[in-house]
Amino acid sequence: MRIELQPRLNPPRWLGFAAPVAAVAVALLIGGVIVANLGKSPLDAFLVYFVDPLTQDWSLEALAVKASPLVLIATGLCFCFRANLWNIGAEGQFVAGGACGGALALATHGADHAGPLGGSWILPAMLLLGILGGAAYALIPAVLRVALGVNEILSSLMLVYVAGLGLDYLVRGPWRDPAGFNFPVSVNFDPDATLPTLIDGASLHAGVLVTLLVVVGAALVFSRTMFGYEIRCVGAAPRAARFAGFDEKRLTLLVFALSGGLAGLAGVMEVSGQIGQLQPSISPGYGFTAIIVAYLGRLQPMGVLVAGLVLALTYVGGEGAQIALKLPLDVTKAFQGILLVCVLGADVVTRYRVRIVGRVMA
Amino acid sequence: MASLPGSPSVRTPAPLVAIRGLSKSFGPVHANRNIDLDVLAGENHALLGENGAGKSTLVKMLYGLLQPSAGEILWQGRPVVLGSPEAARALGIGMVFQHFSLFENLTVSENIALVLPPERQSRLDARIGGLSERYGLKLEPARPVWSLSAGERQRIEIARVLLQDPKLMILDEPTSVLTPQESESLFAILDRLKAEGRALLYISHRLDDVRRLCDRATVLRAGRVVGTCDPRAETARSMAAQMVGAQIAEVSSRGGAVGAERFAADDLSLPAPGLHATALRGIHLSVRGGEVLGIAGVAGNGQDELFAALSGERLASDAGAIRIDGRPAGRDGITARRRRGAAFVPEERNGHAAVPGFALSDNLVLSRHATGEVSRGGFLRGAAARAIAREVVETFDVRAGAPDPAARTLSGGNLQKFVVGREILREPGVLVINQPTWGVDALAGAAIHQAILDLAGRGSAVVVISQDLDELFRLCDRLCVIHDGTLSPATATAETDRDDVGLRMAGTVPSPPAGTEVASAPVHAH
Amino acid sequence: MNPDMIQLVLVGVVTAATPLFLAALGELVAERAGVLNLGVEGMMVMGAASGFAAAYLTGSTLIGALVGTAVGALMALLFGLLTVVFAVSQVAAGLALTIFGLGLSGLVGSAFVGLKRDAAPHLAIPGLTHLPVVGRLVFGEDYFVYAALLLALAVSHGLRRTRAGLVLRAVGDNHGSAHALGVPVRSVRLLAVLFGGACAGLGGAYLSLSYTPFWSPEMTAGRGWIALALVVFASWRPWRALGGALLFGGATVLQLQAQAFGIGLPGQFMSAVPYLVTLLALVALSLRRRAGSVAPAMLGTAFVPDR
Repeated sequence: MRIELQPRLNPPRWLGFAAPVAAVAVALLIGGVIVANLGKSPLDAFLVYFVDPLTQDWSLEALAVKASPLVLIATGLCFCFRANLWNIGAEGQFVAGGACGGALALATHGADHAGPLGGSWILPAMLLLGILGGAAYALIPAVLRVALGVNEILSSLMLVYVAGLGLDYLVRGPWRDPAGFNFPVSVNFDPDATLPTLIDGASLHAGVLVTLLVVVGAALVFSRTMFGYEIRCVGAAPRAARFAGFDEKRLTLLVFALSGGLAGLAGVMEVSGQIGQLQPSISPGYGFTAIIVAYLGRLQPMGVLVAGLVLALTYVGGEGAQIALKLPLDVTKAFQGILLVCVLGADVVTRYRVRIVGRVMA
Repeated sequence: MASLPGSPSVRTPAPLVAIRGLSKSFGPVHANRNIDLDVLAGENHALLGENGAGKSTLVKMLYGLLQPSAGEILWQGRPVVLGSPEAARALGIGMVFQHFSLFENLTVSENIALVLPPERQSRLDARIGGLSERYGLKLEPARPVWSLSAGERQRIEIARVLLQDPKLMILDEPTSVLTPQESESLFAILDRLKAEGRALLYISHRLDDVRRLCDRATVLRAGRVVGTCDPRAETARSMAAQMVGAQIAEVSSRGGAVGAERFAADDLSLPAPGLHATALRGIHLSVRGGEVLGIAGVAGNGQDELFAALSGERLASDAGAIRIDGRPAGRDGITARRRRGAAFVPEERNGHAAVPGFALSDNLVLSRHATGEVSRGGFLRGAAARAIAREVVETFDVRAGAPDPAARTLSGGNLQKFVVGREILREPGVLVINQPTWGVDALAGAAIHQAILDLAGRGSAVVVISQDLDELFRLCDRLCVIHDGTLSPATATAETDRDDVGLRMAGTVPSPPAGTEVASAPVHAH
Repeated sequence: MNPDMIQLVLVGVVTAATPLFLAALGELVAERAGVLNLGVEGMMVMGAASGFAAAYLTGSTLIGALVGTAVGALMALLFGLLTVVFAVSQVAAGLALTIFGLGLSGLVGSAFVGLKRDAAPHLAIPGLTHLPVVGRLVFGEDYFVYAALLLALAVSHGLRRTRAGLVLRAVGDNHGSAHALGVPVRSVRLLAVLFGGACAGLGGAYLSLSYTPFWSPEMTAGRGWIALALVVFASWRPWRALGGALLFGGATVLQLQAQAFGIGLPGQFMSAVPYLVTLLALVALSLRRRAGSVAPAMLGTAFVPDR
């Protein structure tokens, strides 16, 4: 028996939508089997994971707040992955952005803000610093690749560990709140350094709006601009891109800076909107989960928006399942991994007609 | 009624191989339909047909690489199933591939060992040495393949087949990358094989070679056998007409007046861009308006590097090394050169001249974004791109199945007409085109040739880089030869011939002008 | 430092190097066949979790090692199906396997967190193991170390001197040519990937059975990625990978020693040393080899036979 792949010359459009949906369905089935093996009812788990979070105001807000960094990072990753550049260090760029923006919050903590602006400049400056910090951190692997040909996959990943250890050091060391009973956390940010909430008393912060704007902008860049065309071209056929006169090195630096900047923005919005202080760890693996989001969204900003909500659901639902069903958080992580495997598998069906052929007679 | 090898006393022997009603379809595409073909022992049998006629599919089935959808293959009278190349080799079928099936980073003897039953290294090396005595096939077993020239590479392919002691040898376009002289020494080997009683199935588009070599020819068109003939009783023209099924219009030269110099390279030198690439050394060329300059050469002698340097994909170190309309352009990138009226068509359609997955309108943007009306202020103008793409399709008779299809859905000839048309429709003052009709069917090839001559007739300067000497002699006013990164001075086409060009392609310069450096051995400097 | 202390440090270096070397050796074989497996980290961590679980339940280190190896190969089978059979992007599939492995290993190992068992047995040859200065280093390592060396010998010999090695290198150099000659490209790649996964699983099992004889979530801490870097660093040659692994093992031990001796740098900085060393090694390598790459020509490209 042999498996033959026949490339589809004109893949039908509906497959592009059906494939991710099918992938989610298959992943749910496999997840159900795992849950059953842990001695829980798959149906209960399904309700807790994927239905309950959609039924209450607070959990819907939590969903948006969790989806925001995922979507933001994944949108940035679309730029890289579409160009066939593999920035898998978004987790580190997220941390770098959070630390850079957070540094300003700590530096201005408790200060009197004289002058006409008062403290209103702090938050925008923090966001800017977050973007710059993430972009600068992403530029390290990009520059190494462009100048020396260093593999960006390995270098960007190594820097994730370095960033995590760096933040850990800062928060346990120089940035620790002296009045914090030796807990390894910073002081709470001032209101001037905190993202406003959209609804009074709710957790939904303004960062969610920023994310939506970024997604719409990115979708326009891909479909309408020469820059988007350049990225698609470099990713699909680098030699043709050179023939078109596009500068691959310049583009590499740009998309890395862009995706790092978006990851950094997500990081600073997380610390100033969601956490409100700096901690040794500020991300439950958003930078890696965003890779799944990017693929589930078929590397398109609008798709990423939907995919981000799906993955956020597993986070929010996972917390619920931990309490309601005593299911370990690892179930969520394993499910996310299975989902990515299924998404890639489903992609095969969109690109090829898969045929199983019996051995030739004789 | 199988006949033992070496028993010529059997009367009316079965053909060595008989193909009966063989068909092969890929989904809706019928590559081969109901093919009948016999090859007798000791016969040199030609398989003729256009690109896409189904020759490769047929020989792949004979070599066990593809399985027929219907029909059967008889080997010495007995039906056989060729489930794998190994099975084919076990019967005595060997194949020399058009694009070589070699491994750059393995040695010559490792490349050969792969298809033979395991044996000691020293014994294999001795057997490779034996081929040199018997057939004049000189090979150095320990050399890595990447360091070898096209001719040497082909010797490995042939040695690999000969060491299997084949009864039937399939050769797919064996001379397409050889100089005329190298072809001649290949034919000498093939003559000896015939004398040893081996059969040959020979695919070539060089009909003169077929007439020199083959006893019988089978012609394929659109997947079917359309006729058999004795090549010696035919002319190249009559066979070509059978292959195409129509008369191909003779391309007509325009005889336009030759004007001022429009494009030139002046002492252009560039280091090799990679490990296995060629450095360009002291290239001089000059093309005037209304003129077509041809650059001949064996593949891998720096054609791609030269194209990259002329087009601006790679910049020269000195602005004066390239001139467009008399002004220096060596430090201008490809976009800037396009803005100054130059246009370029690279050899490889898929992935270089066009992005296979992009629609034709998106592919139009590839080379027109800087010069056309398809982008403004950083934004794409999709409607404009689609309109121009439609114009290219209509003007150059590009046959496509849909209004704006993906490039990969087009046949080789149609896609080539599109990428050539995309440039010519702009009326460029300079056109540099690399292998204009490589892998293109004859009708499309003739159309492209006519378009090139017409462009020159309107006063543009054209540089044609090609391995196909027939093409160069048909199109060009002057010819030069690239060998190991150096370019010979140009000679008027009327004052040279194939033999002279062939010698220069091999690096042996027949009486160069005084003061020119002589490249003595055809060895790559790595 | 006296000679015995030096020996102790060197034994530590070997121990730290072994899991990296095992994983790198397997990945090297996969890459020589043209497959870039970024799932090494996931396969390693699954090997660690399942290896510890099996060893704890059966009380046998050997069974633990075998289970870890088998689970690594099983993960590789999934990776191979995706990339070799279905031609999915190797980078994407590798990342998927790593994320999947990190999640699933947490689930598999959750019942075993905090449990301890004895470390893997060490070789003991009367008269030799207790030799001063070199005894423990040469004759007193745990069995994994010797197994790893034997494996390296087999891989090095196999790649250079056997038909199987020739076929593997051919597939990694040009899968189109190999296919045209009738080499079963996809089967060869699948086997190479399985071998790579098995080695990664064994390397992971070494971590939880010998290096630190307990399981903790995500205990591989990027070693799978470092192993990938090692393959590049070693220019795809088995013995160079051994040298590289010892170098990285040295960096790890240096970090532990420095912390023990209370060198004034913060602990987080010392913990970052292996990752920074990896980064520096990649940079240094690129500086040395600008002209061209010795990577297998087909590395990372999917093979789809032309119908």
